[in-house]
Amino acid sequence: MSAFNAIGEEREIDRDEFTPGIEPQPTWCPGCGDFGVLKALKQALPEVGKTPEEVLTVTGIGCSGKLNSYLDTYGFHTIHGRSLPVARAAKLANTDLEVIAAGGDGDGYGIGGNHFIHSARENHDMTYIVFNNEIFGLTKGQTSPTSPKGHKSKTQPSGSAKTPLRPLSLSLNAGASYIARTAAVNPNQAKEIIKEAIEHDGFAHIDFLTQCPTWNKDARQYVPYIDVQESDDYDFDVTDRREAAEMMHETEDVLNEGTVLTGRYYVDDDRPSYQQEKAAVGEMPDEPLAERYFDDDAEWERSYDLLERHT
Amino acid sequence: MSSDELIWRIAGGSGDGIDSTSQNFAKALMRSGLDVFTHRHYPSRIRGGHTYVEIRAADHEVQSRGDGYNFLLALGDSFARNPQEEAYYGNEEIKPLSENLDDLREGGIIVYDEGLIGEEDVADIDLEARAEENNWHVFPMDLRGLAREHGREVMRNTAGVGVTAALLEMDLDHIEDLMSDAMGGDVLESNLEILHEAYDTVAEEYDFDHDLRAPEGSHETEQALLSGSNAIAYGAIDAGCRFIAGYPMTPWTDVFTILSQNFPDMGGVSEQVEDEIAAAALAVGASHAGAKAMSGSSGGGFALMSEPLGLAEMTETPIVLVESMRAGPSTGMPTKPEQGDLEFVLYTSQGDSSRVVFAPGNIEEAYDQTRLAFKIAWDYQIPTIIIYDQKLSGENTNVDVEFFDREPEPDLGSTMTEEELREAAHDASGKFKRFNYDDAEKGVSPRSLPGQQGGRFLATGNEHSPVGHISEDPDNRVFQMDRRLEKLDHIREELTEEHASNQTTFGDETAEYGIITWGSSQGAVAEAVERLNGNGYAVKGLSVSDMMPFPEAEVTDFLESVDEAMVVEMNATAQFRGLIQKELGRFGDKMTSLLKYNGNPFEPAEIVEGYEVNLEGEDRQPSAQVRIEPAAGD
Ligand SMILES: Cc1ncc(C[n+]2csc(CCOP(=O)(O)OP(=O)(O)O)c2C)c(N)n1
Ligand code: SF4
Repeated sequence: MSAFNAIGEEREIDRDEFTPGIEPQPTWCPGCGDFGVLKALKQALPEVGKTPEEVLTVTGIGCSGKLNSYLDTYGFHTIHGRSLPVARAAKLANTDLEVIAAGGDGDGYGIGGNHFIHSARENHDMTYIVFNNEIFGLTKGQTSPTSPKGHKSKTQPSGSAKTPLRPLSLSLNAGASYIARTAAVNPNQAKEIIKEAIEHDGFAHIDFLTQCPTWNKDARQYVPYIDVQESDDYDFDVTDRREAAEMMHETEDVLNEGTVLTGRYYVDDDRPSYQQEKAAVGEMPDEPLAERYFDDDAEWERSYDLLERHT
Repeated sequence: MSSDELIWRIAGGSGDGIDSTSQNFAKALMRSGLDVFTHRHYPSRIRGGHTYVEIRAADHEVQSRGDGYNFLLALGDSFARNPQEEAYYGNEEIKPLSENLDDLREGGIIVYDEGLIGEEDVADIDLEARAEENNWHVFPMDLRGLAREHGREVMRNTAGVGVTAALLEMDLDHIEDLMSDAMGGDVLESNLEILHEAYDTVAEEYDFDHDLRAPEGSHETEQALLSGSNAIAYGAIDAGCRFIAGYPMTPWTDVFTILSQNFPDMGGVSEQVEDEIAAAALAVGASHAGAKAMSGSSGGGFALMSEPLGLAEMTETPIVLVESMRAGPSTGMPTKPEQGDLEFVLYTSQGDSSRVVFAPGNIEEAYDQTRLAFKIAWDYQIPTIIIYDQKLSGENTNVDVEFFDREPEPDLGSTMTEEELREAAHDASGKFKRFNYDDAEKGVSPRSLPGQQGGRFLATGNEHSPVGHISEDPDNRVFQMDRRLEKLDHIREELTEEHASNQTTFGDETAEYGIITWGSSQGAVAEAVERLNGNGYAVKGLSVSDMMPFPEAEVTDFLESVDEAMVVEMNATAQFRGLIQKELGRFGDKMTSLLKYNGNPFEPAEIVEGYEVNLEGEDRQPSAQVRIEPAAGD
């Protein structure tokens, strides 16, 4: 018998199960894009057959980091920028868990940038949603790594001299095997993309455009958007690295001019996940590590058996 | 004829195989029935630079490096003997002979490689005169030539061992056995030839009149030769640790490497990650999901871990961190020991944070306290830290094999099964009260793991309500804070009741003079105390391992029982003495400090001298390298 019976439980799942009881109510500002992510997740999870208890959501700090306070799964609200290493390890310790990490653009592309690059490079089997509102929300409107050049804030009063980071291209170069951009204003697409990301075996990165009406007033509300898969103007092969790269460049260029392109940009279903790669070289246990502690028949090797080499 | 103790020093350039040669020789001495203790001195570079390993071997227990040494095997350095190598490695002159003479005892033996150390070098340091003055017995041998003739130049280590064995009248059996274990084929053949040729040359061609011979001893039980890092790694394995994440940094790398090499065969997971923040955060994530996890680093890397350390405290996620100290500040002296990170480890991370800190003082304690660190962490859901240093990390000592013959303890402590969860408290919304304070025992509220039926909760680094939601409610804040802090009292109680042996006492119980130390300085202090008592003084010693929670009663009893105390530690700011004063709030005028921070560990004689200077109230420092910091009023 498994020690983790909630994992793989098969039953009809109501999306309300993902909503916590009486408290807490979201404290996000009216009109905040973060509501869109929450909603899309609540819709996507039951549709891919996940029960609240087999899902672990790991978030960073920021308005976005509060996602799992309002989404009733197992959750870990970590510290600023560190959601990915916590999430990665949880997945390594119990490969049966559905692990979703989430956080803001400051959290993920700024302070946690190093973790982002390496999690993508290693292609950990998990989903990573970045709430990209091009601003620091929770700390009240400072310039973030994705804020446009010239963006004025209290800490960059004369306008930012920095070119914004290009998350899609960065992600591709770092090694993510599923990359998409969606927007809070596009709930149906968002839900479908989240479902695909969850089902993808590997690091699935979603750059999720979320508007921050409070601090990014004059910034884009990301409407109208264009779905690159639906539009005849964009024809590229999502499994082709070069074509995807080209398309990402265009998307990132035009965003600065006010045109919002969304959709799937890169899907590599052939690349093994990190867990599979690690298993292939013999460095990953066959069964989830966490299960073993509950297995009465587990054989625990002792250091005593290793002493021969020291005698 | 045999001597009381042999202290053999092999010196040369790092990267020359000095480490493996000495490791094998130490083992051979151990197999011949002796107790051994090794001390490694090496510079922070990959090749070249002066390095030595000392092996102290005796027919009685040895707990520390000795005072000086009595046998020098001076090999030349192997690099920069052609322009290409010189361009690459530089040509820093290595002086395996002259660099080492200061500590050589009277009557000692010198073997040096004539093939590499030229006549001019010997003349430069006036070896002949110094040898006469100190009654040294000098044996120049062309070890390089001998090695070249039968194999390759690098095998001159083997020639050196052969010469050593001949001069000490040792059997070659154990040395040969170890060689056959380590290599085979042509390499083994050549090495054996070199070993015998060297041995025979000495035996046949030299008459010697030195007194030093290999001591003779015997062990009643089988012995294993291992380092503090081995002991920590093995303690972790036996505690059920199967997840490690790290980023290399000397000397922590040793523990990281040992576990990484063993885990694949044991179903464990090892991760080398992008930095130390990630490493400790991975330990938190893995533990949260149900693995017994550990991470660690040395000073600079541990600095990065202070964030995830605090996260583990606030979310009550058990983890074990290792802090393997080296000399600081900043990058400091990467390959030199110091006990300078105590305050840092005790207080790093923001807020009223608390953790458990153990400072093992020898190999056995390193093993025991690592097991204990896991047990306390998982029972009490609190991070525990094992603080030790480059000295304990790298020194090898023989330990009774049976010491390690214990049952593994993979128990997850206060983690619930799904059955237990069904009975546990849930709030109206159906969420599990993970951080319940109403019926917490000893400050601990049992936890669930993601994926368990009925255990849903939110872990957060923010202050939180019983189900884990962010909360700034003042009442809740006080309840949660008090509950978390309460754990320390119970841990203190548990450590005193069940594991009183964490603190070690030695010497003359009735003495009115006490020497207090912590961590890896224990061995040298124990030997010094023994020697002082042998010299007619009455002294007792206390070595403290529990840094947090602090063993108030035990240290108080000790300090109250003496008129004066000397606190011995390897740092410049008397950090441990400061901790005692902070914790006990008195005794400031009773304690003097003996401090050493030049990168080399204490020799027992330095502590003896410090005691004498101190006792006689002399107004001088014991030596240029050791400092006395006088007592301060409370
Ligand atoms: C180490 C650390 N540095 C700074 C902060 C303060 N801080 C909290 S949230 C935040 C920025 C959040 O911006 P973003 O990640 O874009 O998230 P948003 O609030 O916009 O969703 C900062 C700087 C912190 N909590 N921890
Ligand atoms: S500050 Fe911006 S990001 Fe934060 S909740 Fe308000 S609208 Fe959303």
